[in-house]
Amino acid sequence: MAYRNDPYDPKQAALLDQAALDDAVAGAEKAFAEAADLDALTALRPAHLGDRAPVSLARREIGALPPAAKADAGARVNAARAAVQAAHDARRAVLAAERERRVLAEEAVDVTLPWDRRPRGARHPLTTLMERIGDLFVGMGYEVDEGPELEAEWYNFDALNIGPDQPVRGEMDTFFVDIPGLVMRTHTSPAQARAMLTRPLPIYIVVPGRTYRTDELDATHTPVFHQVEGLVVDRGITMAHLRGTLDHFARAMFGPQARTRWRPHYFPFTEPSAEFDVWFAEHRDGPRWVEWGGCGMVNPRVLRACGIDPDEYSGFAFGMGIERTLMFRNGISDMHDMVEGDVRFTRAFGMEG
Amino acid sequence: MRIGISWLREYVDVPAEPDALERALVRMGLEVEEIVDLRSTVDGPLVVGRVLSAELLTKFKKPIRYCQVDVGEADPRGIVCGAPNVAEGQLVVVALPGAVLPGDFTIAARKTYDHVSDGMICSVRELGLGDDHTGIMVIPPSAGVKPGDEARPLIGLDDIVVEMEITPDRGYCLSARGIARELSHAFGVPLRDPARIEAPGDQSGSARLTPRDDPDQSGATDPAPYPVAVQDPVGCDRFAARLVRGIDPAAQTPLWMKQRLSVSGIRSISLPVDITNYVMLELGQPMHAFDPDRLAGALLVRRALPGERLTTLDGVDRALDPEDMVICDTGLANPLAPEGAGLPVSLAAVMGGENSEMQPDSVNVLFEAAHWDPVMVSRTARRHRLLSEAAKRWERGVDPQLALVALERAVTLMTEYGGGRTEPGVLDIDHVVAPESIVLPASLPGRVAGVEYPVQRVADLLAEIGCTVAAAQPAPAGAPALLVTPPTWRPDLLQPADLVEEVVRLDGYDKVDSVLPTAPAGNGLTASQRRRRTVGRALAEAGYVEVLSYPFVSPNALDALGLPDGDPRRATVRLTNPMSDEEPLLRTTLLPPLLATLRRNLGRGQRDAALYELGLVFLRQPGQPAAPTMGVAGRPSDADLAATQAAIPHQPWHVAAVLVGDVEQAGWWGAGRAASWADAVEAARITLDAAGVRVTVRAGQQAPWHPGRCAEILVDTGPGEPAAVVGYAGELHPAVCAAFELPRGSAAMELDLDAVPLPGVVAAPRFSTYPPALIDVAVVVDAATPAAEVQDALVGGAGPLLETVRLFDVYSSQQVGEGRKSLAYKLTFRAPDRTLTGEEAVAARDAAVAEAARRVGAVLRGA
Repeated sequence: MAYRNDPYDPKQAALLDQAALDDAVAGAEKAFAEAADLDALTALRPAHLGDRAPVSLARREIGALPPAAKADAGARVNAARAAVQAAHDARRAVLAAERERRVLAEEAVDVTLPWDRRPRGARHPLTTLMERIGDLFVGMGYEVDEGPELEAEWYNFDALNIGPDQPVRGEMDTFFVDIPGLVMRTHTSPAQARAMLTRPLPIYIVVPGRTYRTDELDATHTPVFHQVEGLVVDRGITMAHLRGTLDHFARAMFGPQARTRWRPHYFPFTEPSAEFDVWFAEHRDGPRWVEWGGCGMVNPRVLRACGIDPDEYSGFAFGMGIERTLMFRNGISDMHDMVEGDVRFTRAFGMEG
Repeated sequence: MRIGISWLREYVDVPAEPDALERALVRMGLEVEEIVDLRSTVDGPLVVGRVLSAELLTKFKKPIRYCQVDVGEADPRGIVCGAPNVAEGQLVVVALPGAVLPGDFTIAARKTYDHVSDGMICSVRELGLGDDHTGIMVIPPSAGVKPGDEARPLIGLDDIVVEMEITPDRGYCLSARGIARELSHAFGVPLRDPARIEAPGDQSGSARLTPRDDPDQSGATDPAPYPVAVQDPVGCDRFAARLVRGIDPAAQTPLWMKQRLSVSGIRSISLPVDITNYVMLELGQPMHAFDPDRLAGALLVRRALPGERLTTLDGVDRALDPEDMVICDTGLANPLAPEGAGLPVSLAAVMGGENSEMQPDSVNVLFEAAHWDPVMVSRTARRHRLLSEAAKRWERGVDPQLALVALERAVTLMTEYGGGRTEPGVLDIDHVVAPESIVLPASLPGRVAGVEYPVQRVADLLAEIGCTVAAAQPAPAGAPALLVTPPTWRPDLLQPADLVEEVVRLDGYDKVDSVLPTAPAGNGLTASQRRRRTVGRALAEAGYVEVLSYPFVSPNALDALGLPDGDPRRATVRLTNPMSDEEPLLRTTLLPPLLATLRRNLGRGQRDAALYELGLVFLRQPGQPAAPTMGVAGRPSDADLAATQAAIPHQPWHVAAVLVGDVEQAGWWGAGRAASWADAVEAARITLDAAGVRVTVRAGQQAPWHPGRCAEILVDTGPGEPAAVVGYAGELHPAVCAAFELPRGSAAMELDLDAVPLPGVVAAPRFSTYPPALIDVAVVVDAATPAAEVQDALVGGAGPLLETVRLFDVYSSQQVGEGRKSLAYKLTFRAPDRTLTGEEAVAARDAAVAEAARRVGAVLRGA
């Protein structure tokens, strides 16, 4: 329409010749294919698709044709122009993809470079193991209890049926302090007495915590160590409940094959009492029974000292060393590693041990 | 307790198979520490030898002898021996070349001390029989062996030795009799009780294994073998004695007895003393042997008097306590004591005195077997630090009906191996009270164990351990009950629960089912417990490594921290028996042990280290009352419980972090960044952020921090309450770094976590979705003005349109002015209900700057 009033130039009508159109398309296709990059392609565009391009000039000649020939010529010019445009677009897509590939290739980095600008910290495996144990029992409805580490002798000994003349009391390797009547707690068991005196019945608690005995630090001893204590006081509690709880605990810690074995033992605060071993299939020296802790039914004397009627309520208690558990669970052979605070040891355990 | 199985097999028919024995003992509650099959301890030729000559080689520092030893071969062998006791004519144990002794010690003919030693004369320890290495083992002539005989059976190397840990409730198991009894239960075989012998004077005692019918019925005969009076029948409820006259002072202890003593770790001394120890091992009755000829008068058993002293057998002169029991010789004058009280000659139940002991030439022996109050013995033994074999048995409880049986065994052994004759008289002063009967509801063992035990089964099991069991009369309403009288050797059986344990133990702990109890719904972790976890994780994520230090601190460490006099952290609790005398105090701050751990890491080549610790500190308050004495018969009164609590020093949870070296490492990205006061303050912010509380930081002055680089950390304690200081952070004082051998610039923070209030429920923020207006503003203030105050002023002045403010540059130069600094802030303004216009944002900024100008004299830079 733009050229309707253009003067007719019979010389140019030759451009509408089909052969000329085919040449124009072929010439454009060839030129585009030879364009090495997007810039070259862009430079070629005016010559083949611009106002002075053959297909554009051919369109101008349509006006000069007789009306009967216009439709046919128009269709042929459009087809030729579409072919040139398609050739351009196809080449452009190829070149664009090539350029993107090249840019991405140029942007490649060495992803193996370290980025330890700020080294990570870690939590002590004793802490995370105590938390793991706490979580296990919380999941069973227990609560996590605690108590002071500098403790009244009454809680640490007397209330637990360890009277002043109990031979065990003299064998507990107790740290004494310059305040009469107080000691560094030798076990987490004083928390039992505290719980029984303060919590409403029934009681289902575990007490992870720090304990103290005058043992020299060596490969298997440390004067400052950690225990976890479990205490249940309820109506109708039996030794079977104790075993069921320990078996569950053992499986959670040491895998589905774990189970416990009891050996009669003596603890003043439980009667009957037992030490228990756990079957540890993944022990680094092969599957075996490993000594794990002590347990028993709460001695009626302890219940009475804490104001609980032993004819109505019974209970069980158990306890084990956290260091010991960590040692055989994680294959640690020397206690020094756990107490010295060498960051290389702790870092190996990360955030969750 | 260490004992050979051959001894036990005299009383009970059990397999001589170590594994089966170990399982049985463990099942009974006797923890096996070690089980050694002596049959396999020595390999190869081990024979009896006779020392024909023992030539002393003089050119060596110690006495070395070159011996000619007849080992039953055609010619004697030359053997070098360094033992002081080797002598001509002795029968000895010889390991010939080819023998392998314990510890993989192979014997070969080899040259030593200039002579070829063609074998070895062995000591007890070399043979793995005990700890005695004072000399070689000498075989008494009475053994009836000759050179060349196989030595193993002679010296007990055909036995199995088992060492057991005996729990304090089973004192009776500190004897062959007691262990044999347990084995009889374990294997279900009868016990041949070594105490079941006829003993003169024993009317109805242990020989028949039943309690005495009539406690007043004594076994004493008239006249007594020696005059004795007991003044304190509470401390000594039985005192029995018999006399043997005319023994051969040179009589040797038979080899078998020496071996049994040796296996149990008891050294052979003399026949009479060995007999007392042997009877103690056999029956469990500690005894004493007096030389009656060294006694001046009658014996009196009484408490010690204030000021009395006694030199015990170990040569120690001891001050006696009025609670100690002593045996006194009334023939000796005692200026401290009233007429007739005599002079102590023995610390009763624990150790004899030098002045009455058997001598190498003693020809008469007075054997004493008594029964002492366990509490008295326990206290005396601990007071004098004399935890003898006898004391160990007394405090665990000894069968009070053993005295006459033990005496009979002693005098029989004495006359058999040492000659002489036993005086007919028996002394027996007996105030023993029979064990009390216990009413046991027959269903109780089943209810405790969760196992069905028929009544008859309960009765049978209790009878098996020696209890007398009858139906309780009258039967308690509803349920059948048993009247159980424990045997005299089980003083530990005092309440029904004790009997329950015996029933469950004998029936088997392995019969108890595994049933998980159902707990009621719990409340999960407490807020403080969750907070400690969150804080720990936050610090670990920030690069800190957790440490669990010993809380023991040296007084020097408090000085090294520079704590002034009167600082509450100097109010320490002191351990009276610390592991190290250097570190007797309990920490009042986490820093000293934590800094020591930091130092240790530095020493191990970790030049960049950041540590944290969460733990208790022990704060002694002035004027804390003493803990009241509380009983155990029932719940103490609330007042007593409160007073006890008040006596215990406050032990809050603290959290501390320390760091040294680079917090950010150098790398291909560029330079590293050294740790500084700012990291320590940020550690405090991280902690309190994790704790969910708002932090205020201001300049502080507190040891052990650098006075110009110490931040006081405050938190809001509640609406209307002033913010409270909960700790400090910053760079450590250079003197502190020097004292702890840390590089200057090391930084630390410590907070009292328990003083930080727990956050309530967080009210959700409301935020606008309209676009923000971002304006940077730089203000110039005096260099000493804390940035926090400038920011507070900007926030206060900007009004509600201010969404965030962030300091992004601190700058000082001549252009800014001497003693001045420029602080540049990014302010984000946003309205809740509309898009702010530029004019509104600028107006708010101007208001902010105006407030800063008013409060801290800030000037808008470039204005």
